[in-house]
Amino acid sequence: MSNGTKHVGNARHWPGMLLATAFFFAYVYLPIVILIALSFNENRTVTVWTSFSFDWYKMAFQNRDIINAAGNSLLIATVASTTATVIATLAAVRMSVDNFRGKTVFSGLIALPITVPEIVPAVATLMFFASLGVTLGLGTVIIAHIAFCIPFAYLPIRARLEGMDPRLVEAATDLYASPVKAFFKVTLPLLLPGILSGMVLAFIISLDDFVTTFFLGGAGSTTLPIYIFGLVKTGVTPEVNAISSLMLLLSISLVSLSLFLGRDQSRK
Amino acid sequence: MAGRLSRTKIRALLIGPAAAVIGIFVVIPLMLMAWISIQGRDYSGGVIWGELSGEAYLRMIFERELDDSLAVNFNYVLIILRSVWLSFLTTVISLLVGFPTALFMATRTPKWKAILVFMVTLPFWTNLLVRNYAWILLLRDHGAINGTLSWLGIISEPLPLLHTQLAVAIGLTYSFLPFMVLPIYASLEKMDLRLVESAFDLYATRLMTLRRIIIPLAVPGIVAGCILVFVPSLGAYVTPELLGGGKTLMIGNLIGLQFGAARNWPFGAALGILLLALVMISLTFYALKLKNTGGNTQ
Repeated sequence: MSNGTKHVGNARHWPGMLLATAFFFAYVYLPIVILIALSFNENRTVTVWTSFSFDWYKMAFQNRDIINAAGNSLLIATVASTTATVIATLAAVRMSVDNFRGKTVFSGLIALPITVPEIVPAVATLMFFASLGVTLGLGTVIIAHIAFCIPFAYLPIRARLEGMDPRLVEAATDLYASPVKAFFKVTLPLLLPGILSGMVLAFIISLDDFVTTFFLGGAGSTTLPIYIFGLVKTGVTPEVNAISSLMLLLSISLVSLSLFLGRDQSRK
Repeated sequence: MAGRLSRTKIRALLIGPAAAVIGIFVVIPLMLMAWISIQGRDYSGGVIWGELSGEAYLRMIFERELDDSLAVNFNYVLIILRSVWLSFLTTVISLLVGFPTALFMATRTPKWKAILVFMVTLPFWTNLLVRNYAWILLLRDHGAINGTLSWLGIISEPLPLLHTQLAVAIGLTYSFLPFMVLPIYASLEKMDLRLVESAFDLYATRLMTLRRIIIPLAVPGIVAGCILVFVPSLGAYVTPELLGGGKTLMIGNLIGLQFGAARNWPFGAALGILLLALVMISLTFYALKLKNTGGNTQ
């Protein structure tokens, strides 16, 4: 970028490159910006701007169904992400030091929920629970969320472990720390940013999920995405813009937090 | 205490829970689905356990007439072909936009690289449903695009944009485009710019440099990106549901229907197996391609 001259040999400049990049970012961000802008629109017609207003946010916060749906979303995401993170941490810690036959099979197994299109495990699990006579509801949704949250928590934790110096644990055991003590005093504190980062990602994924919740949910397990879907299907209202914007902002702040946590570690 | 546990026991305790959860709640249901796909169907759409039947698979191509004979029915084949076509289109558009974007990112300074990667990653973590809903606001008859076009005087009647194949293609590209950019960026990021400069010094044209140096370096990223866009597009549910209409149904929606209004579990299960098979074929293709390119560069 430093030399503005039209130098044929500039490796950093390619014709059309800037245009494509500008198109990319406009394409990806413009709809989000328009959605957020319209959520502050006073008008009911949704797409014509009249004047600034917080009315739709006020309405959203006074709507009992929305509050209940938000409560369900948070409950499911909290339980699923915490459980998945504990399970994933245990597996990741062991996988980093253990070598056994079938290790690759296990790695593939862990990644399975994110390898196949979500609709397939969703309907398969629906048939599974229905065949067993299990009533669909919060419980079935939480179980399914735990399953697909595991890879999202596992992968960042595994990545952190790869970057860790194994000599630290060796040093601890040389100093007569038991394996359990070495884990809690050395591995876990070093791993904590990775674990938190994985947990936040799992939380977001669960919070945003639609397909699995839609097929495995029942009465009383309506989450925000399910509620929004229902409203959108029956007709767009400005309230949807308000809740949608809030969900976007929540995800954006959480992912920034997660990346910040992950980044801190990589600086060492 | 832990010191006295055998290796196998520690393994079972630590890796066991993850294997159990995914084994019981993902693998077993998938196996059950395969089994249900070859079971008979009763009148209410449920499963006749133990009655082996290929009816669900026949149904993809044939229709049973009243006299029990089979007649060819291309309705479902059409939906399957449409899914493949829309996913292919999405992949091509993503590649055309994603490659130059990745090249731009890879040739920036480290500080800018970090910011750009963050900006590309961010949308992935925001709600897919909400992001697709945002496109309804843009594509509707009185939405942002039609509004702007008529304000500019280019059109007098709103263009029918929503509930079309175009809308679905736009939505799919929008949903999965970052998956194309990131792997290509990853393979170009470590590219030594001096390599490109020396090509220029040796009188290579831009096109030649692109073809002989940059694209070969980007191939692993391009292949990975194409898979990461193609596979989720193929199984998309939310985008065609929101932005498409009755004539833009994709496999995912057809599967969903069998567990809702249409109620035909064996058929839904068979379609699920078909989708899995298509995904497997794509992944095998990816593995082979990667092996080939790996062999060439060495």
